[in-house]
Amino acid sequence: MIPVDPVLQGQVDSLNAAYGLSLDDGRLEEWPDFFVDDCLYQVIARENVDNGLPAAVMYCDSKGMLVDRVVALRRANVFPEHFSRHLISRAMITGVNGETVTAQANYAVLQTRNDGETRIYNAGKYIDRLIVEEGAMKLVSRTCVYDTHRIATLLATPI
Amino acid sequence: MTFENGLGPRPSLPTAVDYGVYHSPEVFAAEQREVFRGRTWSYLGLEAEIPDPGDFRATHVGETPVVLVRGLDGKVNAWVNRCAHKGATVCRSLRGNQADGAFVCVYHQWAYDAEGTLVGVPFRRGLKGVGGYGKDFDPANHSLEKLRVEAYKGMVFGTFSSEVEPLEEFLGPVMRKYIDRVFQRPVKVLGYARQHMAGNWKLYSENSRDSYHGALLHLFYPTFGIYRQSQDSAGELAEQGFHNVFTVAKPKGDIDYGSFGNEANREMQGAVQLQDESLLQFRPEIDDDIGLHIQSLFPSVVLQQIQNTLATRQIVTHGVDQTELIWTYFGYADDDEEMTRHRLRNLNLVGPSGLISMEDGEAVELCQQGTVGAQGKYNFIEMGGDDVRGYYAPMGMDENAVRGFWKGYLELMGNALATSSKEVVA
Repeated sequence: MIPVDPVLQGQVDSLNAAYGLSLDDGRLEEWPDFFVDDCLYQVIARENVDNGLPAAVMYCDSKGMLVDRVVALRRANVFPEHFSRHLISRAMITGVNGETVTAQANYAVLQTRNDGETRIYNAGKYIDRLIVEEGAMKLVSRTCVYDTHRIATLLATPI
Repeated sequence: MTFENGLGPRPSLPTAVDYGVYHSPEVFAAEQREVFRGRTWSYLGLEAEIPDPGDFRATHVGETPVVLVRGLDGKVNAWVNRCAHKGATVCRSLRGNQADGAFVCVYHQWAYDAEGTLVGVPFRRGLKGVGGYGKDFDPANHSLEKLRVEAYKGMVFGTFSSEVEPLEEFLGPVMRKYIDRVFQRPVKVLGYARQHMAGNWKLYSENSRDSYHGALLHLFYPTFGIYRQSQDSAGELAEQGFHNVFTVAKPKGDIDYGSFGNEANREMQGAVQLQDESLLQFRPEIDDDIGLHIQSLFPSVVLQQIQNTLATRQIVTHGVDQTELIWTYFGYADDDEEMTRHRLRNLNLVGPSGLISMEDGEAVELCQQGTVGAQGKYNFIEMGGDDVRGYYAPMGMDENAVRGFWKGYLELMGNALATSSKEVVA
């Protein structure tokens, strides 16, 4: 455990709260703005991470790819109508190196489809690298390592 | 009017199949017997997943849990994951290495070797003259249920049937030719994705053989102005009808976006620009003219090369409306780090989150939901004709391979699908 600057802790937790709410409220177009331009976002099964295997179900290594994901979701992709609900734990700051902060947080994404039942859709943890850019905390990389390695139907909306 | 097996009175044909086949528990049970435990070879995994002696991987044949193990002698074995004593699951991990090649059931510590032969039973002779098994107890009669195992180019298949032809014959020359092209050199596994669909396995099997839906359900390409219907393409079937391969030639020159807009019924909003085209980039790496290769091998696997994504998709039938699809992604063993990163970018296109493929899971569930209570009603599979041809080109405006699936399936199922003479009072 490193001594945690409460301001930094608050910044990371606030970013996570805003991130989850923007996805859950359906404001997908805001989602890429949580990242720096030269970013990495991936959603990867824990079974792969534990076995040193790199394949991810989403692997976006530029902000442009995040934007493309959102445009595809809005205009091209077909998936069950649903609401998402992110429950994100308080982050644990795992390192501070100059401008760069590393942190991890647990998450659970609940999903509600048209049948009205709310299911635990995806549980896992975020492994993040962040920097402060123009006064705002931004994600340099976010790796969503999911325990729920049986994806229900498909995974369309970012985690 | 419904019969005992949950089907209507009229027999199914490759062009018209009773919707009850997606819902009937009797049909599902018959499929486990006639298809998965019958005269077929089911995909079990890749040799590259179990490279070392003692390596194992949990897998399935239909609904039956099976373990694939490389023995200490290097031989690949497969056995049903069910202890011969009380039926308990013997191997409880998804994968791993059993250095001594032995598998011990935790319940009463019955021990099996990598081939599934019973090699140890605690207190077999009892203790101090009390208990134990009788003199006639022969461990040789209490081994795990073993499968016949054969591999082709690193794809491992197993069967319960002693009658089915050897694997190479079952696959046939056309299917082998296309397996050869993907497994042209050694592969390495990049990882897994598991997707669970609340739908019948045959709906997914039809989907992977359905060329007609490609450009209509999956709108990523046309949305970004990269519609490619005009490319050279073909569908080829094996003799039985139930194996199929689609190929599309590498892009050459102009795209044909306009003609699509005229035919499609879903509103097209005009092309938008991709911000980052690197996920679409294609680096030809097999010495032929093919850019896309989707190959469905009955009953349980799809082999694909889409751009630079290489994968097997294993179909596991957990129940009449519970189907798991296990994606095993791989690259070539000699890929450098940059090439691996390129494959990871390409993987955005496929899998449960695939920009050009995620819709398949939804299509399966929509068909499952829509056919509830529809036994005795029939689907309509006459796009591009009512026959089954060995070769159909260009593909995309036909359901030839879907009819091929049903032709092979119906032949295997035979009397199991015949409607019972005893009518259920409706």
